[in-house]
Amino acid sequence: MVKAVLWGSLKQAAEGQAEVELEAKNVRDLLDRLKERYPKLKPDLDRGVSVSIDGVIFRDAWFAPIEPDSEVYILPRLAGG
Amino acid sequence: MTDRGATMTKRKFKVVGTRPLRPDGVDKVTGRARFGADISAPGMLHALILRSPHAHARIKSIDTSRAVKLPGVKAVVTRDDFKLPQREDLVDICRNVMAREKALYDGHAVAAVAAVSKAVAREALKRIKVEYKVLPHVTDVDAAMKPRAPILHRGLRTQGVEPKPDKASNVAERHEFGHGDVEKGFAEADIVIERSFKTEATHQGYIEPHACLASMGTDGQGDLWCCTQGHFMVRNVCAGLLGMEVSRLRVTASEIGGGFGGKTTVFIEPVALALSRKAGRPVKLVMSRDEVFRASGPTSSSSTDVKIGMDKNGRITAAEAVLRYQGGAFPGSPVQFGAMTAFACYDLANVRTVGYDVVTNRPKQAAYRAPGAPMAAFAIESVIDELAKKIGMDPLEFRLLNAARQGTKSSYGPTFGPIGLEATLKESKSHPHHLAPLGPNQGRGVACGFWFNFGGQTCVSLNISEDGTVCLSEGNPDIGGSRASMCLMAAEELGVPYEKVRTIIADTSALGYNEVTDGSRVTFAVGMATIKAARQAIEIMCARAAKIWDIPVEAVVWEDGYAKPAGANAGTFEPMSLAEIAESAASTGGPIAGHSEADADGAGVSFATHMVDVEVDPDTGKVTVLRYTVFQDAGKAVHPAYVEGQFQGGAAQGVGWAINEEYIYGEDGRLQNAGFLDYRIPVAPDLPMIDTVILEIPNPGHPYGVRGVGETSIVPPLAAIANAVSAAAGVRLTHLPMSPPRVLKAMMENEA
Repeated sequence: MVKAVLWGSLKQAAEGQAEVELEAKNVRDLLDRLKERYPKLKPDLDRGVSVSIDGVIFRDAWFAPIEPDSEVYILPRLAGG
Repeated sequence: MTDRGATMTKRKFKVVGTRPLRPDGVDKVTGRARFGADISAPGMLHALILRSPHAHARIKSIDTSRAVKLPGVKAVVTRDDFKLPQREDLVDICRNVMAREKALYDGHAVAAVAAVSKAVAREALKRIKVEYKVLPHVTDVDAAMKPRAPILHRGLRTQGVEPKPDKASNVAERHEFGHGDVEKGFAEADIVIERSFKTEATHQGYIEPHACLASMGTDGQGDLWCCTQGHFMVRNVCAGLLGMEVSRLRVTASEIGGGFGGKTTVFIEPVALALSRKAGRPVKLVMSRDEVFRASGPTSSSSTDVKIGMDKNGRITAAEAVLRYQGGAFPGSPVQFGAMTAFACYDLANVRTVGYDVVTNRPKQAAYRAPGAPMAAFAIESVIDELAKKIGMDPLEFRLLNAARQGTKSSYGPTFGPIGLEATLKESKSHPHHLAPLGPNQGRGVACGFWFNFGGQTCVSLNISEDGTVCLSEGNPDIGGSRASMCLMAAEELGVPYEKVRTIIADTSALGYNEVTDGSRVTFAVGMATIKAARQAIEIMCARAAKIWDIPVEAVVWEDGYAKPAGANAGTFEPMSLAEIAESAASTGGPIAGHSEADADGAGVSFATHMVDVEVDPDTGKVTVLRYTVFQDAGKAVHPAYVEGQFQGGAAQGVGWAINEEYIYGEDGRLQNAGFLDYRIPVAPDLPMIDTVILEIPNPGHPYGVRGVGETSIVPPLAAIANAVSAAAGVRLTHLPMSPPRVLKAMMENEA
């Protein structure tokens, strides 16, 4: 099981859960499982998010692996100047 | 857990870290470099855009009939020529490029004309009749959030709140970050300071206005030359707006005269393409400076409340901030980045930030160097300064006591790996600047700053020519020295002199997708791709040498630009240089090249500490910057002169933002200072020589340890200067810019 932490604004769409435990071996799995469990998250996730795995931020990497003990954060999609 | 947190061992470099001449230097000082407006084509038309004179107005009708009839006019476009795209992410861009039902800000494009000359186009604009119904407007972020504020978008419902609102407002989204229990943390505090801050909108101030040349053929294929930070983005967005297949549009990036984030979207390019499609001729469209100010994307203005508590020893027990950023007429201000970065410099048990993204009747904001972070740092670092002073602690010591380090859970969530904040603080503490005496009416300020840095999709191609020279094609416009950096990294890897490598920016048909030059990503991500492409070419060259020597490829190694037998058992062949292998390429298997197509991850976050001395004229309130030093972690400085330039550039732009620059709106909602005479960016006499100290804490996510450096440098200056001015003036300054009238007023009120 992977423990993923949602940023504050997503919490409400996930029935108030800030931390979610689910089976996921990579980023695509993680996002798919989140959408299945919390359909209200779908619009936010589909708009694009960043996923931080052990402190490294990924933007569009479906197959970035997630280990069971990885630290995972779902964050807003990052952009710079 | 992966070993991302592992500290990387420093390696020795031969070419990387040197300071060779920049490859674009001669072109730029001789005028040979071709910027956006320098491109022309046979039969080219000149285009101009008609813009709304109102901050907020319903467009009842647009009559172009008299303009179309004017001799020399070849095409006129309005909202009717732009179908709203299906893709949700393009809808607001489409509405911003050409107004539809309403003009949402002073300068919003309403119609455009292409004619045989600018004079004819100018006359044609006068003949377009637009009937407006002027509506109430709002340009201030706090006013826009009030219950009775004029509403820009009737369909806008605040995202990120429960229950979902059933009424429209100007608040597009609420963001929240943090961890721990701030109420408990404040209860544990011995001292709590609360303050509110405001910053005004500033423009990136790039010297080159937006410019492009569009040429659409009758076969549906098009070419676009433009000044941009990302021509692949321009291609995709324009194709989406014009209903084209992506590969039918080829976009070539011109040389770029500054961008700083402001050229990461489109404004005029789709309009020029639509005009060219209608006219059947190439169309050149160049913004005037007035248009750049009124209708491109400045950064947000902001309003922030900060509350920080500490115990009597100076350890922070809780920190909270509410940030409100207006992002112009459409959702998308960088407030979430403000909320994420606000407390990133500190190791906090209890922290919460809330950000509100607000729309107003101003041009749609665009990214500006570490978007959202400088305004947040201004507010937070000002209160940090006050807390330190409250207990008589040196502000650097106070920051060291509370600094984020490797293993700190960041205020936005993830745990930090190896980071350089502590190193910048220690370095600044022992620097001569910190120990130098101050005179009367002078003050010293320090502040820290953080930025994420990104990687992203990247594609490069590296070709070895038959004479042993190397040509590298990258797909990111060179905004901060990337050609020099790529040449250095390719030379390092291949073992050839810097001068043997030429890097060019290829057009969109030549390479796979490259993300925009943003997020301080290029030296990191394109550099990584360059190293991989060079390594691929080396593999091929080793294989060719193995064939020539008739030994297994495993028995060949690459050292200092030569293929060599791996050891005595491999044979006693004379090493072959890159040039020798290249010379025989035609006979050994054909061209030698290396490629890399990847989504680069592993960008390392970056921190900086800035120190500044100012003098405040007690009679006028004028602020003079006397001395400025930047301390920043670069991971590995590939071309140190460029790194220093990035540090200095961020500080210089921060000086402007802190002291002078400001979008000023009249009662009518129109911009009052749309030009460099009235909107004053710093010029040479306004700045001291900005000293720099490069620290190198290698990023484990890059083969050479590189971290992006372009954005972090603008995060601390607003706060550092405000802390210095507050010390010199004897009163806390909470509203930027600290222009003479504002400083004088604060001093007089303090005396009273």
